[in-house]
Amino acid sequence: MIKRQVVPIKLKGRTIARGSAEGEVLLCRDPISFLGSVDPETGIIVEEGHALAGKSIRGKVLVFPHGKGSTVGSYVMYQLKKNGAAPVAIINLETEPIVAVGAIISEIPLVDMLEKNPYEVLKDGDLVRVDGSSGYVETLKQKSIQSEN
Amino acid sequence: MHLTKEEEQILNGEAGETLRKALEILTALGDIYDADRLIPIKSAQIAGVSYKTIGDAGLEWISDLKGKVKVPSILNPAGMDLERWDRLDISPDFAEKQKEIVQAYEKLGIRCECTCTPYTLEGFSVSYGDHLAWSESSAVSYANSVLGARTNREGGPSALSAALLGKTANYGFHLDENRVPTVSITVECSLNGSDYGALGYVAGKLVGSRVPLLHLQDTPKTDELKALGAAMAASGAVALYHVEGVTPDACRQDFENPAEKITIERSQLDEVYESRCGAGKEPELITIGCPHCSAAELEQVAELLKGKTVSKEIWVFTSRELATRFPEYMETIENSGAKVVCDTCMVVSPATNKYSCVMVNSGKAFAYVPGMCGAEAVFGSIGACIEEALGGKERKEKREVEKGEKKGPENDKKAGGSH
Repeated sequence: MIKRQVVPIKLKGRTIARGSAEGEVLLCRDPISFLGSVDPETGIIVEEGHALAGKSIRGKVLVFPHGKGSTVGSYVMYQLKKNGAAPVAIINLETEPIVAVGAIISEIPLVDMLEKNPYEVLKDGDLVRVDGSSGYVETLKQKSIQSEN
Repeated sequence: MHLTKEEEQILNGEAGETLRKALEILTALGDIYDADRLIPIKSAQIAGVSYKTIGDAGLEWISDLKGKVKVPSILNPAGMDLERWDRLDISPDFAEKQKEIVQAYEKLGIRCECTCTPYTLEGFSVSYGDHLAWSESSAVSYANSVLGARTNREGGPSALSAALLGKTANYGFHLDENRVPTVSITVECSLNGSDYGALGYVAGKLVGSRVPLLHLQDTPKTDELKALGAAMAASGAVALYHVEGVTPDACRQDFENPAEKITIERSQLDEVYESRCGAGKEPELITIGCPHCSAAELEQVAELLKGKTVSKEIWVFTSRELATRFPEYMETIENSGAKVVCDTCMVVSPATNKYSCVMVNSGKAFAYVPGMCGAEAVFGSIGACIEEALGGKERKEKREVEKGEKKGPENDKKAGGSH
């Protein structure tokens, strides 16, 4: 059993969409096209072969590298929010305009360009706070891990 | 990005929620693209209009906004003719939603003119060096390249935010350094009319999103430049191009010829003209006006159709303002059985989806119809398109006389396909 660091970590980043939210981390290493990859009714990833295929992004702090695909994706994010199926917050490596605009109109806090690589610091299920207004991410509770190779 | 005191106050919500969000969008984009500040714009053209594209979510978002735009603003083409939508098989439910979207934009002070050629509208003039926030890819290309104005290709929400604030973030094609050509294209043949659409289709695929400097043997007319830029923006992502000795930036600045050089020959354009629909299929629908027809193009179409009757479905797309300004062309075109359609186009309207083979005079439509309408596309000049629309009937009558029997749709198709 490997113990992970228990001290809360606070990572600075860049403000994209303001607001603050807490939730469980869901890591995704593939870019996301909100038009086509995500079911706007349920928040389930429906793109075949996608790293998160079949999983729901609803209520999660969704970590993905950046968006891709059609600009209509911004409106799909708004639709997810209206349907209660949106992530509570987003962390990107580097945001592009489709996801930035979608997060702002949907009031989903978004921070990118963290001072440390979120894929190395965060794990699925960690409880974190994303503060888009001040531009930081804070771990509140790390998921206890039974075994890790 | 530096914000003025007034902009800071807006971002803190002191001017209301709509402007706060609008400024948040522009600030985020400015930060992503390293803009130094916001700059004033002269006009806005806003995408996100067709109900087919933005759906109920988009409608709800626009309806929730409050306030008035600060600069002259118009819209992208919608999903239907806003007045005579029932002529092209649009469902009443779709029409209802489409009208709600346009009304929501009108409430914000946006002119209910849905066109991809805003530069032809009264009160929407553009001068060299003007900063704009336009959305539609062919309009962006025309503004940057042919008019020498400066605009990025704005998404729907960012163009609307820019319109509400009268400003946009200073990055991309607003800056001199991003307007310098990065690839040279030499065309080794003479060009005329629809050749420019074919050239754009070929060139766009080769240059992607770079800024090409074209060397042409002829001096293109403005409609030909419109077709060239529209096609390069569709088959590639070209938002700015220069033509040596023709376009304003190329005439005013002595650009160095870029190191990377591409040559395009006649045979490459011929391939575009030679494409055909699948076995046994001939065009069921002919469309002209992508981008929307200018006055000169409407005159040409009217001239070709004068006193004749079409036998195939043919749609001619233009802006409502031009259709209203030139009723004599409209009358001549419609008397032939062709339909003049305003506010929309063959690409964004669901009406095109029921056809399987469409003939177009546009390199842009040729690029988009297969993916966005699920139909195969055939390319030809305006003259060839009109001939196809008229010729179908002439061939049919001839056959009927020869065979002395009543027409059968099966025979029609076979005979037409061998033409």
